[in-house]
Amino acid sequence: MSAYIIETIQRGILETLEMTFCASLLAYIFGLPIGVALYATAKGRLLENRLVQLVLGTLVNICRSLPFLILLVLLIPFTRLVTGSSIGTVASIVPLTVGAIPIVARMVESSLCEVQPGIIEAASAMGASPIYIILHFILPEATPSLLLGAAINIATVLGYSAMAGVIGGGGLGAIALQYGYYRYQKDVLWTTVAILVIMVMLIQEIGGLIAKKVRK
Amino acid sequence: MQHVFQLDKVSKTYKNDSGEFEALKDVTLSVEEGEIFGIIGMSGAGKSTLVRTLNRLEEVTSGTVSFYGQDLAGLKPKELRKVRRSISMIFQSFNLLQQRSVIENVMQPLRIAKLPAAERREKAMEMLRIVGLEDKKDAYPSRLSGGQRQRVAIARALASDPKVLLCDEATSALDPKITGEILELLQKINRERKLTIVIITHEMSVVEKICDRVAIIDQGVLAEVGEVKEVFSNPGSEAAKKLVFPSNPFDPTEPDAKLIRLVFDGQSAGEPFIANMVKETGIAVTILSANTRSVGGIGYGQIVLELPKDEHDRQVVTEFFRSRGLVISEVTP
Repeated sequence: MSAYIIETIQRGILETLEMTFCASLLAYIFGLPIGVALYATAKGRLLENRLVQLVLGTLVNICRSLPFLILLVLLIPFTRLVTGSSIGTVASIVPLTVGAIPIVARMVESSLCEVQPGIIEAASAMGASPIYIILHFILPEATPSLLLGAAINIATVLGYSAMAGVIGGGGLGAIALQYGYYRYQKDVLWTTVAILVIMVMLIQEIGGLIAKKVRK
Repeated sequence: MQHVFQLDKVSKTYKNDSGEFEALKDVTLSVEEGEIFGIIGMSGAGKSTLVRTLNRLEEVTSGTVSFYGQDLAGLKPKELRKVRRSISMIFQSFNLLQQRSVIENVMQPLRIAKLPAAERREKAMEMLRIVGLEDKKDAYPSRLSGGQRQRVAIARALASDPKVLLCDEATSALDPKITGEILELLQKINRERKLTIVIITHEMSVVEKICDRVAIIDQGVLAEVGEVKEVFSNPGSEAAKKLVFPSNPFDPTEPDAKLIRLVFDGQSAGEPFIANMVKETGIAVTILSANTRSVGGIGYGQIVLELPKDEHDRQVVTEFFRSRGLVISEVTP
């Protein structure tokens, strides 16, 4: 491989990391509250509310059922509105975030469902309000599970970020596509794939370790 | 004496797809200040539902539950939360936050009551001293034994200075020795802090050990309520008879044998009346079960006997015991 390609791959790694972590962070900023709301408004839960549950649940399901590639294309006007451009690393953070929000929301919801009902009963018996119970009982108890879920979500976003290359996003995915696929440079293709695999494994391992350390 | 809780014709019906289920039917009873009140019943009898009506974790279908004269059903959510701070609860599964240390768990109710952080810590340490766990303050619940976890739960329950403590099968997950220690702790707290305690259990031994009065719940109905020693020596209802009957007697030698249960109190416990009966009447009986225990400070005991086959002999034997002032009841194993 030429020095130029190696430099390109190095830049690609940084771009991929940038896209993955920025999109994941944004996805959690929006997805975590949605996940909490999905959990809390479900039947028999603290803030049972059929309307909110129906609207949020339907929205999340629609977004989740769209193939990410379609979402990428559909969101081009929105992306242009937000970032002023529809190509490049920063621009691909928008569809990545939108695509990850429903996944994060469902993952958060399922982590919260694992919390023992007895904990919630004890908190209610203490005279805690529903909001207090969510903030000080349910979320802390679910933290190890939330962290494991986060590792899975970040790895998913990393996978999606490679797809963003198709519509002009940056990162390793774009390199694999341009050099590996369009120009038949098999070595570039396999190198980028190997790096992506290693990155996913690292994210998963680190996430697992943190979750284990946090769990008491 | 003031009623802590007054239940008036409380009923609770659960509705689901397969129909209705009446968990409680017309339960009327009261809990007095300063007493340890037991609620006993087989599993599924409705006792857990009953205790949850006391802090409105369960809404009643009909009837009223009052706490110091205040109808709980009439409270707004905010008022209810305030009242709940005076009604603490401990559970069979402890329900501690696994991700928080012992002291953080104990501080939780104080934080809910919006006490300043420094006072919270001080108060929590005081509570941990009461249950004898101040050296475990920074440990996490997963590192503690079942008995220690329940002690933490008790410390947490006491932290808010409640007027009453509800115990929902609090010792059912613990072994007999630890159960004894927890019950002693509850008794100590009851005496020293004048705290009213309501205990839900399926074990008669728990009731006998620390309760002043007991209510027997059978299939959602209040079968009997009274002083523990009264219910123990003279159970009126079928459910009560079943509960006071020893849990693992020998099998009778005949399948259709006639069994009687003798109950004796402190006065007659010292007398060798079985030996006397055999000596005087010359009739032999088989002892299937015998035990003695201290109930409310007085030695109580019960013996289950299999009577001889002959009808006349049976009468002689029962007459002998009756003349000695023993309480006799016929029982079926």
